[in-house]
Amino acid sequence: MKVLVPVKRVVDYNVKVRVKSDETGVELANLKMSMNPFDEIAVEEAVRLKEKGKATEVVAVSIGPREAAETIRTALAMGADRGILVKTEGETEPLAVAKILKAICDSEKPRLVITGKQAIDDDAGQTGQMLAALMGWPQGTFAHKLELDEHSARIEREIDGGLQSVEVRLPAVMTTDLRLNEPRYASLPNIMKAKKKPIEEKTPADYGVDAAPRLKVLKVAEPPKRQAGIKVKSVGELIGKLHDAGVL
Amino acid sequence: MPALVIAEHDNKSLKDATAKTVSAALALGGKVHVLLAGHHCGAAAEAAAKLQGVETVLVSDAPLYEHILAEPMAALILSLAERYDAILAPATTGGKNVLPRVAALLDVPQISEIIKVLGPNTFERPIYAGSAIQTVEAPPGKKVITVRTTAFKAAGPGGTAPIVAIPAGPDPGLSSFAGEALSSSERPELTSARTVISGGRGMQSGDSFKLLERIADRLHAAVGASRAAVDAGFVPNQYQVGQTGKVVAPDLYIAVGISGAIQHLAGMKESKVIVAINKDEEAPIFQVADFGLVADLFQALPEMEAELAKRGF
Repeated sequence: MKVLVPVKRVVDYNVKVRVKSDETGVELANLKMSMNPFDEIAVEEAVRLKEKGKATEVVAVSIGPREAAETIRTALAMGADRGILVKTEGETEPLAVAKILKAICDSEKPRLVITGKQAIDDDAGQTGQMLAALMGWPQGTFAHKLELDEHSARIEREIDGGLQSVEVRLPAVMTTDLRLNEPRYASLPNIMKAKKKPIEEKTPADYGVDAAPRLKVLKVAEPPKRQAGIKVKSVGELIGKLHDAGVL
Repeated sequence: MPALVIAEHDNKSLKDATAKTVSAALALGGKVHVLLAGHHCGAAAEAAAKLQGVETVLVSDAPLYEHILAEPMAALILSLAERYDAILAPATTGGKNVLPRVAALLDVPQISEIIKVLGPNTFERPIYAGSAIQTVEAPPGKKVITVRTTAFKAAGPGGTAPIVAIPAGPDPGLSSFAGEALSSSERPELTSARTVISGGRGMQSGDSFKLLERIADRLHAAVGASRAAVDAGFVPNQYQVGQTGKVVAPDLYIAVGISGAIQHLAGMKESKVIVAINKDEEAPIFQVADFGLVADLFQALPEMEAELAKRGF
């Protein structure tokens, strides 16, 4: 069974982004970029499926700038077999990403697509569900645990009240939550090996997809700042202050 | 054309998130209908009919919707979509699961987690864990929107909307419910509690969360946690507050042993009053706290419980 894993290049988890002074976006120049953390979990899950003999091939796809090839290399170093880079300029909205992925699924015919539940830059959380909808496939979002059989998957999902399990027919899309697994670090030999793995380069036009954004970003601004308050010396003083503030 | 709000409920009662999403829908300027799909969900439907500003409640009561699965739910919403120019759901795990499917099948972009309605087509939404606020304009056509419920006041009671039964939509037959493990807590729900007390890595174990729970019980508070505490296995995932967990905005948020990573702040910085208890006085949480106490939590928490007991809580 072939597993497809879309991976997104995003500003690293530990970097605090700043808004551009002209409020047209956030400052991205010279920032450390990494694979979206939820996508790392997706790659890890796919590679584990391969190691268990359940998946035969893991294909990593990235839709983004030329540099997104590095993100694919990271996936290849973790154990993915080959990559597809779909080069775009500027922001590509989840719907356009889902359409490109649909075209790739139509030709690659994976039985399972594993995406992150959200990217930590736009925090949209849409791509996996949109892809599932466009393919007419079922979905298991916010996955906590996966049990994969030949024709179906049982996915335990993290929901607001606890956990829910769903049984989905394959092919399907699964989106990862944090507790699904702990992604590995690629070893040096695997990083070297990854350099020889193939990455195919494409454009949205190759798939007949118009990747132009549909939403117009009018402004990107700093959030209102919260002022630091005071330090209290004791629990007694704290309770007194909270009482005075009327929140107890 | 009116807006359609997808209700969140557990068949017996309506979730607060629905009332808040109704407020966001009313801000679009048109009429608001509520769609409630469930099974034996009459009580929840009646609660929805009482929300101020709701014109009609559409109820599809069928075994298919006993547990809401994304595929049949999206199919039902789509079957109604042509009558509406906006479809809104709360940005809960329920809304986030279903709505992107609807948007994709309508071939429109989804606008995720709006925090403000500036006009019928213009919205504010946080990006980068709330480090920036984006103002976006939707193109003409249908709008599909998830709503960050902490940013909107709940629609009040006093409505008298008619409840209209509608038939179940198609069952795509792609998925089935296979069980659930829901926490059965006597405490209020994290996202609607007026007081939240959360623990972080500093708690050191799941056992020490009992110290928080004892205070929570005195304050009728919900208990939350940072991602670090959940990843360490101290408490289950549904406790997580932050960018990738729940967003809360209570009157009082007490952060205990939480350093205050941006990803955690994203989930609680709209709280009215923030208290931080941490032994590291350099912890970033103090930069957003109204009241900070530099102390060892293992001493401060029992003291706090005793102080509250003394004051009759």
